[in-house]
Amino acid sequence: MPDLHELGDLTRRMRYDVLDMTGKWGGHPSSCFSAVEIVTALFFGGILRYRPDDPWWPERDRFILSKGHAAPLLYSVLVRAGYAPVEDLQRFRQRGSGLHGHPIQGTFPGVEMTSGSLGQGLSFGLGQVLAGRLSSLDYRVFVLMGDGECEEGQVWEAAMAAAHYRADRLIAIVDHNKYQQTGPISREMSLAPLANKWREFGWNVAEADGHDLGAVIAALRGMAPTPNPSPEHRGGEPRPSVLIAHTIKGKGVSFMEADYTFHGRPLAPEQDVRARAEIARGDEW
Amino acid sequence: MVNGKMTALGGRAGLKPGETQLRKAFGDALLELAQANPRVVVLDGDLGNSTGSHTVRQAFPERFFNMGIAEANLVGVGAGFAACGYLPFITSFPSFLFCNAFDQIRLSIAVSGLKAVLVGSHSGLSTGREGPSPMSIEDFALAGGLPSLSILVPCDAASMRRAVFAAAEYPGPVYIRSSREPLPHVYDVDAPFTIGVANRVREGCDVTIIACGIMVPVSLDAAAMLAGEGIEARVLDMHTLRPLDTEAITKAAIETGAIVTAEEHLLQGGMGANVARIVTTTHPVPMRTVGIQDRYAGSASPFELMEDLGLTPDDVAAATREAVAAKR
Repeated sequence: MPDLHELGDLTRRMRYDVLDMTGKWGGHPSSCFSAVEIVTALFFGGILRYRPDDPWWPERDRFILSKGHAAPLLYSVLVRAGYAPVEDLQRFRQRGSGLHGHPIQGTFPGVEMTSGSLGQGLSFGLGQVLAGRLSSLDYRVFVLMGDGECEEGQVWEAAMAAAHYRADRLIAIVDHNKYQQTGPISREMSLAPLANKWREFGWNVAEADGHDLGAVIAALRGMAPTPNPSPEHRGGEPRPSVLIAHTIKGKGVSFMEADYTFHGRPLAPEQDVRARAEIARGDEW
Repeated sequence: MVNGKMTALGGRAGLKPGETQLRKAFGDALLELAQANPRVVVLDGDLGNSTGSHTVRQAFPERFFNMGIAEANLVGVGAGFAACGYLPFITSFPSFLFCNAFDQIRLSIAVSGLKAVLVGSHSGLSTGREGPSPMSIEDFALAGGLPSLSILVPCDAASMRRAVFAAAEYPGPVYIRSSREPLPHVYDVDAPFTIGVANRVREGCDVTIIACGIMVPVSLDAAAMLAGEGIEARVLDMHTLRPLDTEAITKAAIETGAIVTAEEHLLQGGMGANVARIVTTTHPVPMRTVGIQDRYAGSASPFELMEDLGLTPDDVAAATREAVAAKR
């Protein structure tokens, strides 16, 4: 297990990155904040195999950001992982830069897929898993989705197909922050029972506190097939897996956590100062 | 048209009747390509026995994926294959593919610049008696609305084969419009087929008829009729709608002084509208457009529908006479 204290520092740095980018140029800060620990676990918790100096290494594990509005978080984790200089974040949403408002495949090292119309990542990831199988490569594909995104029909088309094709190298992570743009999911379009829906579609399901780094890392380790053993050696029927990560929208900043209307709203300057102070004190999470 | 029979098509122009359905020609070409190129995979929306793509299922089952009746996922999975260096052929009917999965074609393929080949069989009016639901008279407009997506419309079995191979070589994403019907031989054994380069299939100096797909033999029939009246029509097989052959269109305007377009598609957003865009810019001349006028078709045989919607050789000939008259 990696040093969780160090990872905690990284999560603070990435929240600052998100505030830096969205404060100047707009975006969805609270949708980024709910997923900070998830991407930290993936990139720095020993889950993803990747080579920042060879971003398109064919055997790499793929990370797909299906909830494309969390683009600032994606750019942040990529630069913190060494894919590009940290200064590149200043080019977010700037004319001629590859740091688009929503990710565009191949325009920035490590951006695997174009997203920004919800619901498309799981299908794309399934295609990559099936391609890997055909190429005899053992990489895994991790798809980070929003919970509101699970209202899209395509998600369930992909869920059905992934189970049918026994795509055990496909791992979905639902950032279950319980809010969509216009309000609480339970009020706007209920997803319950979310875990059972996935289970009934033939998936392995795990749930964890999505802000507990140790718990997220342990859950992902438990569900992602390790390199190479063939499915029959791992026992049971090969199935895709989903981690439902229970999260808090705007996590780390009390007034964002308490107000879902921060969805597409960057902070005002005085809010930014308060937010940074709270993030700095964030050890007690 | 004689008694609404298929065999009449191309008869006036002396074309040899086609014995091979376009979808069969597609399936054979796809199999040939898959044999030559191990990166070819086929993603099917549960229509492989209709579209012709089942040839690959039989020969290379490991490279054929039925994704079920779920077009959004079908296209997304294809895009994932493309991102890993495979060459996905995504097969369905154009109405299902473009109407159900437009968002996925747009974002996961076109915006991403991923190389995939979309193939829509049973295009235009060729579903006939099935009625307007599975017909596709809007696919040029839909595909045309996506920057960078090349659109290929083969007019016979020989050009279909070449279209499949040309699509595989093309650097960007491609849509191939296929059909259920056997179409007469516009070409003999092989067809010249370079993406973006129209084929001149009939010489003429009075007017140019620019056609695609089934409207190529229809227009050749019309040209044969007009020759008897002293009007010599050039006929272009505009098998590529994007990139459109600006040079051939401009040349036609300059050299023949009038242009008629003919397509089995809505006039709104179709080939004619795009040809007009070029003609008005480079060399304005009188134009007429033959196509479907802002309506849906009924349920009838494809040839009855072509009569109902004004897509017969007589209709093309009438439009051509008008365009020629407008020159004076």
